[in-house]
This record gives sequence, C-alpha cells and structure tokens, in this order.
Amino acid sequence: MVVWLLAPLRDLRRHLVSLRRFWGTSLASQLEYQFNAFIELLAMVGNLAGSLLVLWLFDRQGVPLGGWSWAGALVVLGAYTVLTGFTSCLLQPNLSRIVTHVQEGTLDFVLLKPIDSQFWLSLRTVSAAGVPEMVLGVVLMVGAALQERGSLNPAAVLLMAAMLMAAALTLYALWFVLATTSIWFVKTWNATEVLRAVLTAGRYPVAAFPPALRTLFTLVLPVAFLTTVPAEALLERATAPWIGGSVAVACGALAISRAFWQLALRFYTSASS
Amino acid sequence: MHVLGRARRHAVLWSVQFAYMAEYRAEIALWALSGVVPFIMLAIWQSAPLPGLGLDGPMLGRYFLSAFVVRQFTVVWVVWQFEEDTIQGRLSPYLLQPLHPLWRYVAAHQAEQATRLPFVMLIIATFFLLQPAALAFPSPPRLLLGVLAVGLAFAINFLLQSLIACLCFWSERATALERLLMIPTLFLSGLVAPLQAFPPGLARLALKTPFPYLIAFPAQLLSGDPLPVEGGFTVVGGFLAMALWIAVLLPLLSLLWRAGVRRYGAMGA
Repeated sequence: MVVWLLAPLRDLRRHLVSLRRFWGTSLASQLEYQFNAFIELLAMVGNLAGSLLVLWLFDRQGVPLGGWSWAGALVVLGAYTVLTGFTSCLLQPNLSRIVTHVQEGTLDFVLLKPIDSQFWLSLRTVSAAGVPEMVLGVVLMVGAALQERGSLNPAAVLLMAAMLMAAALTLYALWFVLATTSIWFVKTWNATEVLRAVLTAGRYPVAAFPPALRTLFTLVLPVAFLTTVPAEALLERATAPWIGGSVAVACGALAISRAFWQLALRFYTSASS
Repeated sequence: MHVLGRARRHAVLWSVQFAYMAEYRAEIALWALSGVVPFIMLAIWQSAPLPGLGLDGPMLGRYFLSAFVVRQFTVVWVVWQFEEDTIQGRLSPYLLQPLHPLWRYVAAHQAEQATRLPFVMLIIATFFLLQPAALAFPSPPRLLLGVLAVGLAFAINFLLQSLIACLCFWSERATALERLLMIPTLFLSGLVAPLQAFPPGLARLALKTPFPYLIAFPAQLLSGDPLPVEGGFTVVGGFLAMALWIAVLLPLLSLLWRAGVRRYGAMGA
C-alpha cells in the first residue's frame, strides 16, 4: 500500500530533476506577463479587504462569529489566504489543464512519458502569482495569533505548518479527483468552480455555521480541516482528535486520489477511439 | 419592414442560442450550483444575528435566497467569450455581419438564463423545504417589479462587463481586469452581506456605485419584505438610479466599441 502510494518517490532523484526543469521553464515564461502579476496583486488585496469587511461587520457590533474573537477569526482567514495562494500556485495552473488534455487528446502524450502521469499532471507548471498571497496569509496568521495570545510557542507554529501541509494535500486531492472525472464527463471544469465556491466557507471558523452544516463541512467536505484546524493549532487550541483527523483525512484523500486516477485510466480510451 | 426584419433576426438568433445552451444543460446546472455563496453567507448571518439589523431569521433567508436568484439571472461572462472570439479570430466574420456582435452575446446570455430556470426553481423549492419558516411569496405587483429590476440589473452588469470586454481590442488579456471588477461585485453588491449591515457611511458610498443595484435592490424587491427605511432604496429611487446607470454606460460602451473597432487589426494581421 505504502509502496504503491509513494510510487513516484521510487526514483526520487529523477523526479526532482524533472521538477526543477518544469518549474524553471514555467517561471521563465511568466516573467513575460508582468502586467498580469500586477493585476493579480491588486485582486489579492481587494479580496482580502472584502473578507475583512465582512468579518468587521460582525466585530463592530460585538458579535463573535461562532465564539471566535476578531483576532481568532483573522487567523482562520489567514489560513484561507495561504490555501488560496497555494491553489493559484499549483492546483489551478496544473489541474485545470487535465480537462483540456482529455478534450484535445493530448493526454495520450502524457501517458506515454516515462514518468508517473499523476506526478506530471499535478506538478508540470508552477505559477508565481500565488506566492504573495501565501506570504500574506502566513503574515496574517502569525500577526493575528500574536494579537490574540501575546506570544507564539514554536511548537504551535510547527504544528500549524504541519496542519497547513495536511490541508494543502487534502485540497489537492479534492481538486484532482474532480479533475479526474473529466475522463468520463469531459467538460467538468465547472465542477471545480462549485468546489471553489463551497470552499469559500473556509473563510470563517467552522463554528460560525449551524450544526448541520458544521457536520457537512467536517465529514463530507473537509472545510474544517482546511482552515479551522490549522488556525486552532497556531492558537494552541487544537485537540488530538482534530490533529489526528486532519492527518488521516489528508492521507485518505491522497490515497483515494491515487486509486481514482488508476481507475480512471482503466476507463480512458484515448481520443478518437 | 425594417423593424420586423430585425425582430425576426433576433428571434432566430435567440432560438439558435437556446438550442446550443440546452445541449450544455449539465454544465449550466453546475454553474447554477457554483452560485452557492449567498447560502453559505446566509448560514453565517442566521447563526450570528446582528442587533438592529431589522432582518429576522426568515427575512434573512428570503433576502439571501433572492440574492441567489438575482445572481443567477445577472451573471455575465461576455469578457471570456469575447476574449476567446478575438484571439481565435472569430470576431472578424461577426463584424462583417449586419448585426452588432454584442447582440449575439446578449442572446447567448438570455438563452443560458432560460436554461438555468428549471434548476433555479428546484433550488428555490429545496430551500423552502429546508427552511419552511421562510416560506412566503412576494405579492404579484412586487414580483413584477422584482423581475423588471432583475432585467435591468442584468443590463447594467452586461454593459459594465462589455466595457471591459472592449478592452480586448487593445490588450489580449481583459479577463485579468474582469477579476478586479468581480471584487466590488462580490462585496459591495449585497451578495455576502445585506446593505443594512453596512455602517451608514459605507452604505451611502456603495449606493453611489452601480454594484448594489446588481444584487441588493432586485433582491429586496423579490424577497417581498418591506424595503428598509434607512440606508436603503425606495422603489422609485432604485429604478431611477438603474435608469441613470444605463444612460451613462450605454453611450460609453458605444464610444469605446467604435474606437475599438477602428483600432482592431484582427489577430495576425
């Protein structure tokens, strides 16, 4: 099971060399579009300002969202911002292309390459557009946590980093599974739009939702593990079941994404056949 | 005769677009679902009621349901379509036809809205099943005003987005600018927070922009609840403001379009 899950790591060096080439070329080509980067930056600031506005509408009336203080809610928003940055860095540029590969038949070429196809499809390019957002998200998390607690425990910071990694893997697996369905349905990039819309719930602590939705966001769509758990880790409020749950969800989601991709490939009949 | 010919042309255009959109029912259902944001926000607003908001639980429910419905029928994607048509060179034959190319997009949007209608009905029914306390329908005149406001909101949004689409004549990447326009459309329109919750200064500022007329005003009409006394819209004032925005945006678009077409050299030329 472990060997199968970590198949791309078997010849780690070759994959790392490929990765350096992939990312080097994609960053070089992005330097051509500096105007886009500027717009991207403006959009990031605007979106964050809008999210802050909504939180502030509650805070200025002294209404805590699900019992979370203003600073606590900011830590959650910070975690959300980090994950949005991660999405625009890796998920959006790579996974939204799977649909195109299926539509245009270029997936055949990918499958012929002497490299793990899930690895290639997931990490072929990287976009610098999300980096400022990730940095800003971390700054927001740390700043708000300092305001909430006065000081930061290094162990809490490490735990938060681990929880964010787990969240990023879970998010990746969700996107990848949805993108994989394009093998059957061809036009599914709308489905990732639905996912993106639902995940905006991660801007707020999961406790701000009514109980039914809280259950949904924990068990069905792991929104709670994406943003609330990393925030709780930094605020030293995370309990062992949630930490363990977050790691388990990430591993499970990853395994499912791998199995699902293998299954989809068995159904893939290539273009024009 | 001329008017009749034009009407027939639009009828044909519309039915072609409708047939095309009906092919993509499944995708359009997913698009409809991707508008869930008002429902997520409703859950938050109902869990943390603000003092002095003037909206109780069921009223909040009706407001955000209406905001969802309004959004469904005012979504505009002309910028993407236009950018693609420009880059792929499809625009050149369109420009030769005796029909303003923007009408083609208007017809496509309206056809897509017609395709959305059954899904939206289904979502409304589901909503009232989940929140029976919110079940109430606007009076017929109010409904009529609401539908009219939705139509005008679509017109304003379409004009705004077409202005950005026109920038494709100068730059090939107008979608990046659309992303910027999306931000006030999300936060100032009343989609994530009813305008009554804004501090008065901010609400007044928002009302000077077209954005609250895209969602909040039509949604308040459709919800059937009394319009808020302070910091809000009056029926007449709201419609006047909408007419004013259309009167400003329409000539602007016409000017920009003409300048753009003059600038247009077709891809690869």
